[in-house]
Amino acid sequence: MSEPALLSVEAVAVDLPTARGNLRAVDQVDLKVGAGRTLGIVGESGCGKTMLSRAILQLLPKKAKLSGRVMFDGQDLARLAPERLRKLRGRSLAVVFQDPMTSLNPVLTIGTQLIETLQEHLELDGHAAKKRSVELLAAVGIPAPEQRLMQYPHQLSGGMRQRVAIAIALSCEPKLLIADEPTTALDVTIQAQILDLLAREQRRRHMAMILITHDLGVVAGRTDEVAVMYAGRVVERAPTSALFKKMRMPYTEALLAAIPKIDAAPHTPLPAISGRPPDPTRPLQGCSFSPRCRYANGRCHLDKPVLAAAESGDHQYACFHPIAIKTGVGA
Amino acid sequence: MATLELSIDQNLAVGEVRRTHRLGPLFWAAIVWMVLVFAAAALAGVLPFSPTDMDMLERRAAPSALHWLGNDGLGRDELARLIYGARISLTVGLCAPVIGLSIGGALGMLAGYFRGRFESLVVGSMDVLLAFPPLILALAVTAYLGQSLLNLTCILGVLGIPAFMRVARAATLTLARREFVIAAQALGATHARILLRELLPNVFLPLFAFFLLGVAVTIVVEGALSFLGLGVPPPISSWGSMIGEGRESLEVAPRLAFIPAVTLFLTVLSFNLVGDTLKALTDPRQSAL
Amino acid sequence: MMQDTMPSGLRDPLLKVEHLVVEYAVGSKTVHAVSDVSLEVARGETLGLVGESGCGKSTLGRAVLQLRRPVSGRVLFDGEDLTAMQGETLRRMRRRVQLIFQDPIASLNPRRRIGDIVAEPLVISGVKDARQRERLVGEVLSAVGLDPGLVIGRLPHEFSGGQCQRICIARALVLNPEFIICDEPVSALDVSIRAQILNLLEEMKARYGLTLLFIAHDLAVVKAVSDRVAVMYLGRLCEVGPSEQLFAHPAHPYTALLIKAIPVPDPDVRPAERVAVGEPPSPIAPPSGCRFRTRCPRADQRCINEVPELREVARSQFAACHHPLIEGG
Repeated sequence: MSEPALLSVEAVAVDLPTARGNLRAVDQVDLKVGAGRTLGIVGESGCGKTMLSRAILQLLPKKAKLSGRVMFDGQDLARLAPERLRKLRGRSLAVVFQDPMTSLNPVLTIGTQLIETLQEHLELDGHAAKKRSVELLAAVGIPAPEQRLMQYPHQLSGGMRQRVAIAIALSCEPKLLIADEPTTALDVTIQAQILDLLAREQRRRHMAMILITHDLGVVAGRTDEVAVMYAGRVVERAPTSALFKKMRMPYTEALLAAIPKIDAAPHTPLPAISGRPPDPTRPLQGCSFSPRCRYANGRCHLDKPVLAAAESGDHQYACFHPIAIKTGVGA
Repeated sequence: MATLELSIDQNLAVGEVRRTHRLGPLFWAAIVWMVLVFAAAALAGVLPFSPTDMDMLERRAAPSALHWLGNDGLGRDELARLIYGARISLTVGLCAPVIGLSIGGALGMLAGYFRGRFESLVVGSMDVLLAFPPLILALAVTAYLGQSLLNLTCILGVLGIPAFMRVARAATLTLARREFVIAAQALGATHARILLRELLPNVFLPLFAFFLLGVAVTIVVEGALSFLGLGVPPPISSWGSMIGEGRESLEVAPRLAFIPAVTLFLTVLSFNLVGDTLKALTDPRQSAL
Repeated sequence: MMQDTMPSGLRDPLLKVEHLVVEYAVGSKTVHAVSDVSLEVARGETLGLVGESGCGKSTLGRAVLQLRRPVSGRVLFDGEDLTAMQGETLRRMRRRVQLIFQDPIASLNPRRRIGDIVAEPLVISGVKDARQRERLVGEVLSAVGLDPGLVIGRLPHEFSGGQCQRICIARALVLNPEFIICDEPVSALDVSIRAQILNLLEEMKARYGLTLLFIAHDLAVVKAVSDRVAVMYLGRLCEVGPSEQLFAHPAHPYTALLIKAIPVPDPDVRPAERVAVGEPPSPIAPPSGCRFRTRCPRADQRCINEVPELREVARSQFAACHHPLIEGG
């Protein structure tokens, strides 16, 4: 990457005190996203990806403790004064969440929510804000945008609501957009449309984007770089093509293998990963994936592997026995 | 090959409600007070006090060794009257909401489960009952049927039915659409079985928490009615009637009004605290990581 | 018309749905959830029912079990008409057909112990001997991969989604049913757990000799477990056919659209640009004629006026389209 990273997450850890002891939701994560680039973060529930996005946005629950630095556009968000942080959020740093029904205020009209954001951050007057809102809604593909301004979220379908959420997120021309499972709650045909929309807007605005999902299929065609998370840590990070073609981490391999493929014959037994993700309140001594890993041996249960690059600098993984596959895709 | 789950320790869900946190010192203080009041009410007959013995020479006497809280306007032992008053307050306070809980709770569950016309009928009639001015109803009943503990309990019980119906219905509505109820139907369970086995255990706790709050309210209402002279007839003492009687002696012996008032306040507060705590406990929240 | 959907050799369907119509009122409007759907499931086969949200597939599943009474149409299970049954007869029939839901945790009563939950079907169907119940419960819990001793005394919230789904499957199996309707059984589960549960379902199907109706919105998942697949859109069947054949050569434009929209975990496959146009219309006011016409690139005047019927376009493959992608049959 020639440009300095727009967002640089450095040794970020999130600790949550619970009744059963300390819960390390995010464990020493390092990530970088450059302007105009898309980073995909893939992981299952409980891997810490949502907590990580909250950590970046500084929207963690009150009891949570954040350590490390979140450098955005040269400033450490973790150390920023609340007022400056508030101005940054929504303006340079935007979010789209999974469920638009809960991320949109159900008792305010679409227009109110859009116009409010515009007025707050861009200081437009009512008339200009309204005009811009209509433009934004049209840009995200909502038909009859003037009428939509008067409607409430529940009057729109899930796909429409998500488009509105995206319009609100993009309204102030952010430099970085974090999309946390933006299409998980949507149908597959709508999912494709929404992902296309995000990609198109990103290209147009030269915006950086973080796409958080549990679906490897979603990241495959739409990201420049992918980070795979497991039990609070990044276990593999690589440019997308390299990740799929030359994956090293057994977890990534197992995750990919467990997805039913559309071109596989029916009743092909799926190579399932045995066991379950670990309990975050009881960290294991060795590698977190070792109880479920088919390649694990003694060392894996005792020492924790560190994320490091072996051959090429941009492909990192945390494993003592990385696999070497020539073609990682298509069983 | 299906995998075997060998270790259950790892299965405990993260972020379950931790019960130990919520029972703070206030909660335990409330429990202690409630135990005290219940004990007093239960043991009233055994104690060597009499609430009705009048000692005319000792009217409005200050607290002494013989009469720990002094005497009231008619020379009766204040403490004894307080303890016997606890009996009344607790009897009415507990029995009336029980009527509400059983009838209102049942109606609410049935309305929330069966819905349709039955539900409209139930909700409609409850609305009518709610619209009835409670004081007028109390006056009418006492005028026709006379003032007695039983009548008072029944009036307050009936007046509480709509509130319990609402709580039960709300809880049932959310639960009846959950998959485990549909699963039971899919298994061929009868309606009765679903109501008793699937819904009741889930509706019961919020209903019980509401019950405790209802007890608090009933005690206050009974106090107010007795204060107005519409509650229990003399010479039975109730905290409310004691406050009413104490009004006359406010300049000379203010404690005659304040002591029953404070006792009433503490008891109601305790029920509220315990009720709130129970409500919080029965609200399981699971935090997602 | 529907006679030739059976794979050769099996002419006696276990489940036969005939012209089922399910509607329900929302306020003053009517939702046309299922409109004239007919299908058959042969003994021992798995029929996948796929479609996006609002297509009526879940409603169809519940209507088959008479948990939602259809407005018209018949459901024949092993020759007997479920729609004409009531009360005790229907309840007894329900023991032969079971249902597994999408949200495994919500499918279990949070205040009852697992042992009681799994034993409930036995109690309802009159198995009085407690020891026999215990034995059957233990057997079925082991079959789904759980240790009965560790599981029976616990409450649902102590288990993960995947384990809860195993418990639900155990509950569905304890009466040894013939037919199980799986309504999105893996959608709420993590990817790695999904594969476990799908494998488990296949295993249980073989072991208990089950017939399955597998309802899902994820085509790849449906294809992985189904012998034949039926595609639904806005309350109507678009296409029915053998899995492999249907996905390789879809006849209905909607099926083709669904297949194209699936994100493929291969970085060399560029996601198809402009895959779909518009949003599905509301089931309250479905379009006239072919319901897919508002999003179909092949739609014309005939599609507006005439409702397409399912007809054979290839061997054992049926599509309801005036301009199917493959002609013949």
